[in-house]
Amino acid sequence: MTLFNSKNDSDLSLLDETLERYGDVPENLITVLQSAQEIYGYLPTDVIIRISQRMGVPITKIVGVATFYSQFRLTPIGKYLIMLCKGTACHVNGADGIYDAISSHLGINDNETTEDGLFTIKCVACLGCCSLSPVMMINDDTYGSLTPEKAINILDSISQKEGNA
Amino acid sequence: MKVVVGQGSCGIAAGAGKAFDILENKLNKNHELTFTGCIGMCYLEPIVDVYNNDELHRFVKVSGEIAEKIAEAVNNNDFSISAEYEIADDDKAFLSSQTRIALRHCGLINPEKIEDYIADNGYEAIKKCVTQMTPEEVIEIIKISGLAGRGGAGFPTWFKWNAARNSESEDKYLICNADEGDPGAFMDRAVIESDPHTLLEGMLIGAYAIGAKEAIVYVRAEYPLAVKRLKKAIKQAREAGFIGKNIFGTDFSCDFTIKAGAGAFVCGEETALIESLEGSRGMPRLKPPFPAQSGFLRKPSNINNVETFANVAWIINNGGEKFAAMGTETSKGTKVFALTGKVNKGGLVEIPMGKTLRDVIFGIGGGIRDGKEFKAVQMGGPSGGCIPAHLLDTVIDYKALSATGAIMGSGGMVVMDESTCMVGMAKFFLDFTAKESCGKCTHCRIGTKRMLEILTRITEGEGKPEDISLLEELCYSIKDGALCGLGQTAPNPVLTTLKYFRDEYTDHIENKHCTAHECSKLVKYKINADACRGCTACAGKCPTDAITGEVKKAHLIDRDKCIGCGTCMATCRFGAVEVE
Ligand SMILES: Cc1cc2nc3c(=O)[nH]c(=O)nc-3n(C[C@H](O)[C@H](O)[C@H](O)COP(=O)(O)O)c2cc1C
Ligand code: FES
Repeated sequence: MTLFNSKNDSDLSLLDETLERYGDVPENLITVLQSAQEIYGYLPTDVIIRISQRMGVPITKIVGVATFYSQFRLTPIGKYLIMLCKGTACHVNGADGIYDAISSHLGINDNETTEDGLFTIKCVACLGCCSLSPVMMINDDTYGSLTPEKAINILDSISQKEGNA
Repeated sequence: MKVVVGQGSCGIAAGAGKAFDILENKLNKNHELTFTGCIGMCYLEPIVDVYNNDELHRFVKVSGEIAEKIAEAVNNNDFSISAEYEIADDDKAFLSSQTRIALRHCGLINPEKIEDYIADNGYEAIKKCVTQMTPEEVIEIIKISGLAGRGGAGFPTWFKWNAARNSESEDKYLICNADEGDPGAFMDRAVIESDPHTLLEGMLIGAYAIGAKEAIVYVRAEYPLAVKRLKKAIKQAREAGFIGKNIFGTDFSCDFTIKAGAGAFVCGEETALIESLEGSRGMPRLKPPFPAQSGFLRKPSNINNVETFANVAWIINNGGEKFAAMGTETSKGTKVFALTGKVNKGGLVEIPMGKTLRDVIFGIGGGIRDGKEFKAVQMGGPSGGCIPAHLLDTVIDYKALSATGAIMGSGGMVVMDESTCMVGMAKFFLDFTAKESCGKCTHCRIGTKRMLEILTRITEGEGKPEDISLLEELCYSIKDGALCGLGQTAPNPVLTTLKYFRDEYTDHIENKHCTAHECSKLVKYKINADACRGCTACAGKCPTDAITGEVKKAHLIDRDKCIGCGTCMATCRFGAVEVE
């Protein structure tokens, strides 16, 4: 597995405001990484190096933290992030079937991105909407009471919208 | 009239936003349109409440069409045209059989308006504390109330506050654990999304009691709406002078920060949470020293769960005795549960301790969906265990629940029916804990992985006769050897399923058979040629193209291609797909 996407042309000035605000206190590392990921979509190598220099936190520690928490990504993701819930309630109500359906439909597994860069699948544990299980979230929208068919229709309508755009 | 749309995360996911937009467009401007958080009847979302003076009309499962009808009814003051969309009497009991303290405002007030909170005695309790009571007196009331930690362990709250109070230090921290890691539970999310000021007030009282000037809320990453509403609430409370310097003109000062978690179950454990707050990997620390002596930044800290804090202002306003009057000998007050799974009516349930599991699942929850058989309920998530049907009359009480091998937990109650494989369930939880183990101690890191391997081979029909005793041996050594609560409790789902559903294990191992038909490697599907109409629906759905046949002729499943997913069975409208 390649841990790094050794990118070195990120626009680091986008990070200035965050570092200005939180960069002086090493305890803020996670907050800074969250904000960086918000900006770049993932944590590019040059961004990690910049954070390390500014905050005085070793790169090894940053990578340690970034790989510990499931929220952080070291590689880019698709335009649409599918967060598929595999929490207990969703499991009991058939989340595995939804996963199989969307995974074979898109031809990718958990944590992978489609070749056209449109979709990334990420399995998570509980989105807090357990009563609507099984549930998935695509970017900011939550879809509940899924069936394999319904899930695929949702993906298709997104693909179509993108195709026409 | 006042029209209120329930807009918690699940309401929004069910389409409350659309209903709100339609109402906003269609309602005459003389009516007030507002929103509230989670009403708690998740199975009926989206919900719209119309208050016509004192009369409440509650509409459920509000689609766009129904929203238009409601607007029409309100505009014409004629509810006969919308009567059929109002909640059924049977469903009204879902709320009326509850006793709500922690959830007392949920679904009633607008969570983004501090005025709504203030109108119901809001911030009166903290005022009383700082202007009329010593911190010791506050702790005494909490002691009388018998309030115990709602985060899972059930440790007496007053005791922790007292220990933190007695630790000498200029700087102390009061921390709220809103990490809500149990996958399948959403009580804390609902409280924050629906009534954030209750949490803030409870925390202020805690901060006053222990002598902290800083309060921190550690919120789970997957809860963006909760973070948004909490931020707004803090801003409002600061502007109103309830947060900040010299609160109510006294020398008590306290400010708040929010930290978003980054997705790690172990960070719900208090010492790991502290590591995470400090910007590190969330690896638990050895205890002692306890956080009350050395916590965040090595200063005395006190950590409580959201629901624990949500009870505090009520207790101060109503007295410890009134809270202690509810419940059992060993468990006082009420408890909130997130009731989900195969139950008819899923949602948030707050009831006094001492009720039975049957009261919750069959009384309030309305029993099992689709007329199926109740099999077990999982309490306490990955740290807890399952409780089978013959123990449904167990009372909700810390001691009584622990005696079953499960735990009270933080409030997750996932109901399972006959179609859930219990070995599969144990495997599901071990898969979770093995992934979430932080890796610091060997027993947890390697032990959970070994257990997962064994459970996987059992569910795939490769189990060996000695696997059960090997699992048991691993369970006990992980319990004894693990550093933190994650590892110490990880074997519980295996131990309880072994205790109550041992037959299912042996059936998988000896007969390569899964009663629930859930373990795909052990299920063989076939098509009953007499029942098959040749509609081709199953062939179209089969993910591996294992089904062949001509239109209007009986179809056939290719054994070598079939992965046992069961899609064909779920698709067939004629009941022609059978399990061998
Ligand atoms: C693995 C693990 C996960 C935990 N997750 C949570 C959690 O998500 N929320 C919570 O309040 N407590 C959780 N706890 C319990 C906390 O360690 C702690 O006991 C609790 O926050 C104390 O608050 P209380 O006394 O008000 O319950 C967890 C414990 C363990 C061992
Ligand atoms: S278990 Fe899927 S949303 Fe909670």
